[in-house]
Order: sequence, then structure tokens, then C-alpha cells
Amino acid sequence: MERDDQIIETVLLAGKIMIENGADMARVDDTMTRIARNAGIKDPKIFETTTGILMSLPEKRASQVEPIQKRTIDLEKVSSVNQQSRAFQKGQISLQEFRDSLIKLNVTSPFFSFWLQLVAATVISVTLMLMYGGAWQDMFATALAGGFGYSCYYFINNRLQVRFVSEFLGAFLIGITAVLCVRWGAGNQIDMITIGGVMPLVPGVPITNAVRDVFAGHFLSGMARALESLLSACAIGMGIAFVFRFM
Amino acid sequence: MVILLHVSCSYLATLGFGIILNIPHRALNSCGWVGVLGWMAYLFAWHLHAGTMLSNVTGALVIGLSSMVMARRLKMPMILFNIPSLVPLVPGGQAYKAVRSFAAGNDLGAIDYLVQVTMIAGSIAMGFFISELVARAYFRLRASGK
Repeated sequence: MERDDQIIETVLLAGKIMIENGADMARVDDTMTRIARNAGIKDPKIFETTTGILMSLPEKRASQVEPIQKRTIDLEKVSSVNQQSRAFQKGQISLQEFRDSLIKLNVTSPFFSFWLQLVAATVISVTLMLMYGGAWQDMFATALAGGFGYSCYYFINNRLQVRFVSEFLGAFLIGITAVLCVRWGAGNQIDMITIGGVMPLVPGVPITNAVRDVFAGHFLSGMARALESLLSACAIGMGIAFVFRFM
Repeated sequence: MVILLHVSCSYLATLGFGIILNIPHRALNSCGWVGVLGWMAYLFAWHLHAGTMLSNVTGALVIGLSSMVMARRLKMPMILFNIPSLVPLVPGGQAYKAVRSFAAGNDLGAIDYLVQVTMIAGSIAMGFFISELVARAYFRLRASGK
């Protein structure tokens, strides 16, 4: 393979992994430009949005497009790409090694196990409920609601891969759990239990990235991400509203 | 006692969000402390009667600055630290009340809450913006001082 092709492919792959897993655009742009510069391209032209990357090497008259369809959140991969780009800059790994490790990174992912995530979700629910001024008596109900909601969200997201439906059903389940817990005397305040339970589903990554992208001048990506977080928030709200309408 | 509760709760909540987002293991602890700092700044401003908006600006500002420091120290991207620590500031309560009012048919009350949600989101963005500004000015000054 020619070296120019290899450079473009490596840069595009690095950008693709970062965008797919929830990095902000300024960081992606910076990393991609840096990789290209370190590979010996003087003036790489890169244009990236949340749905695709365009890259060209003007002096070599070569260019490629990389569409991005999948969108997940895995900040470990983002930081890993970042680290390898630093190693490449220092000359610790060659372009070929860099590319191979990116390909490997794209396939395998060391994720925390589902059970640990479930525990984390219940911990988030309970602690935030307490921080917002909830009562100790509601701890159990909140943990239950948060756990159910997050498992529902996780399984729909991972098995069926439908976006926004997972948030909707998760929030719906949380609302039902909160209402039932209070009816059966396992909790006092429906409001606090529901707020706590919903917190693990909050689209934190798109919200933060939307703000950062807009401030960094990446308006297209910023708006796309703001829309994404708005849709997630609406799905959660719909799930809760459903419960209040019919119970 | 109450402070201890808030410190431990905000630490655990931030840590939990870090696990859900799958941030690297060696960033988890510092991420938790960034969350504690942000929430403490928010509470501090709140107890000075600074109002909801200004408290959120303060919280976001402290989160932005401290995650920048952590990112430089650990040489990791900044979003690893500021996304999980931001979560306690998210206006979940107001959003919930807005949804509840809409479901109950009380549209005017719902819009009232929605405006609050928007303003809080805006002030969090403002806090990040100021922190970025401060950091940029600092690095510019340091570069010119050399």
C-alpha cells in the first residue's frame, strides 16, 4: 500500500473511532491534524461532522470520505486513541503499528461488566436523590427504580439497537416502579424517587459536547448533538408523562 | 455531617457515571474529586443566596477549571472529567416538574419550569465558556511571559 493511502486511512480511522465514541470535535480535529502532520503531511485539509469525515492531502491530490453511522459512548476508546497519537508523535510507534492498533481497538473493547454498570446506576440514583434533598426512607425504592430503568435501557440499547425507544421505556419503567413503591408503602415521595431513578439515563455526553462544539466553532456538529440530547430528554419526559397520565 | 453526606454522595455519583460511560480506570478517582469540587462550589454559592443561575455558573466554572487541571496532569482528554462531574448540576428536578405539569394539563406552569430548565442549561454552558476563556488567557499569558 502506498504511504499516502496509509496516512489517510489511519487518520480517518482515528477520527472515526473518536467521533463514534463521543469525543468533542475540537479534540477530534486536533488529533487528526496532528497525526497527519507527524506523518509528514504539511497542510492536511480535514472537515468533520458527527455523521462523516472528509479529508484531503492537497500536495498529493488524494482525498477520501468516511461516513459515520454508529454512535455509542465509550470514553476509554477516545482516551486510548489520544494516547496512541501521543506515542506516535514521540516516535515510539510507527505508522503501521499505529494503524494496526487502531484496527484492533475498533473491534475489541474492554467494557465494564453489566453488573458493575447496574451497581453504578443504582448508586447514581440513590446518591443524587439524597443530594437533591430526598429522604432516607426512599433509598430502597430509588435503587429499585434506577436499577430497573437502567437494565431496560441497557438491554434495548445493546440487543435491539433502537435509539430513543430505550430511553422512553426505561423512564416508563422507572415511573411505574416509583408509583407502585409508594402505593405499597415502600417509599414516600414519588417525585424524588423518579428524579433519582431517571438520572443514569441523562444524556450527559451529547449535552456537554454540544456546548463545547458550538463554542469551538463546530456549529454543524453542535446543533446535531443538541438535537440528539433534546430528543433523548423528550423520550425520557414522554415515558414519565405516560405514567402520570394513566396511573 | 451534612457536608460529609454531600461530599461522599457527589463523589459516588460522579464515579458511577464514570463507570457507565466507561472512562479509563486510572481517571476514575480524579474524576470523582472533580465532581465533589463542582458540587461543593455550587452548594457554596447557593448558601450565599447567589440564586440558581449564578450557583450553576459557579459550579460549571469550577468543574471546567479543575477538569482542565486534571486533564493536563494525567495527559487525558478533558471530556473524561467534565462529563461525569456535570451530571449533578443537570436540572433534573425542574425538567421533571415541567413534564409533570404538562401531563396534568397545567401548560402555563410547565412552561414556567421549561424556562427554568433552559436558563440553567444556559448558565452551565456559560460557566464552561468562562472556564475556557480563563484557561486560554492563562496559557496565552504564560506563553508570552517566557
